[in-house]
Amino acid sequence: MTTVRVYVTLKPSLLDSAGRTVAQSLGKLGYSELQEVRIGKLIELKLETYDEARVKEMCNKLLANPVIEDYRIEVAP
Amino acid sequence: MRVAVIRFPGSNCDQDAFHSVKDDLGLDAAYVWHEDHSLSGFDAVFVPGGFSYGDYLRCGAMASRAPIMEEVRRFADEGRPVIGACNGFQVLCEAGLLPGALLLNAGQKFLCKDVYLRAENRTSMWTRGVDKILRIPIAHGEGRYVADEDAVKRLEDSGQIAFRYVDSAGEATDEANVNGSAHSIAGVLNEGGNVLGLMPHPERASRALLGSVDGLQILNALKLVASNR
Repeated sequence: MTTVRVYVTLKPSLLDSAGRTVAQSLGKLGYSELQEVRIGKLIELKLETYDEARVKEMCNKLLANPVIEDYRIEVAP
Repeated sequence: MRVAVIRFPGSNCDQDAFHSVKDDLGLDAAYVWHEDHSLSGFDAVFVPGGFSYGDYLRCGAMASRAPIMEEVRRFADEGRPVIGACNGFQVLCEAGLLPGALLLNAGQKFLCKDVYLRAENRTSMWTRGVDKILRIPIAHGEGRYVADEDAVKRLEDSGQIAFRYVDSAGEATDEANVNGSAHSIAGVLNEGGNVLGLMPHPERASRALLGSVDGLQILNALKLVASNR
């Protein structure tokens, strides 16, 4: 079995309003060095067999929306 | 004219949609379950609001891949009327039937209030003859319309921007752009003008008792289509 992690993130050009709220909270906690927070998703897939093309297909078909998101696939060691 | 109101697990404006069509417009309506494979006998589709699949992954993502959506796509491709309000708009965008996507409101908060809309297109199947300014409620947390600048320009040039958020005087100010949508966009049409998606709820502004009848102006398209058949 292979564990694959898919990281889905909002495109850098788009405002991440949830991330901005978290950044404001961290700022209030005194972390003045903080410049930006961006929140993404980690989707962990457990696969009987790993085929990169098929995982990419899963990303393009459902896991990520190319209009607003980027994704990165990482195979767990 | 028989209107299909699509139901997904988590739809919650399905009954509003049904009754606005049946009782306020006086047309025939019926519910269609998301796992169904046929729209046979229907002349229009209403994709209602709600929280399909709990908004898991992304709003409308799972719903847009439901079996009935293949049929909705075929239906839309034939030039027949399809409307999606709120979550229904998100579903139509996720399905690729409309350009763009909807993100968390710029101000983070869930917004539930009346807004003013300016009709930017008053010639399409859905917007023919509507007043320039409409007052219709919104109720959403993720209604910030985004599309890249090229896409917005194409929408603008081809008259596919249906509605913008404006103030009561009809001005598209920053304050009136309640959720921070790109270019204040509240609703868009597909290229053919037969698919309309919008965040506001026309089915909640369909009789005086609800505070506004302006939504009925949009839904009235169904009646016009029916009378032209």
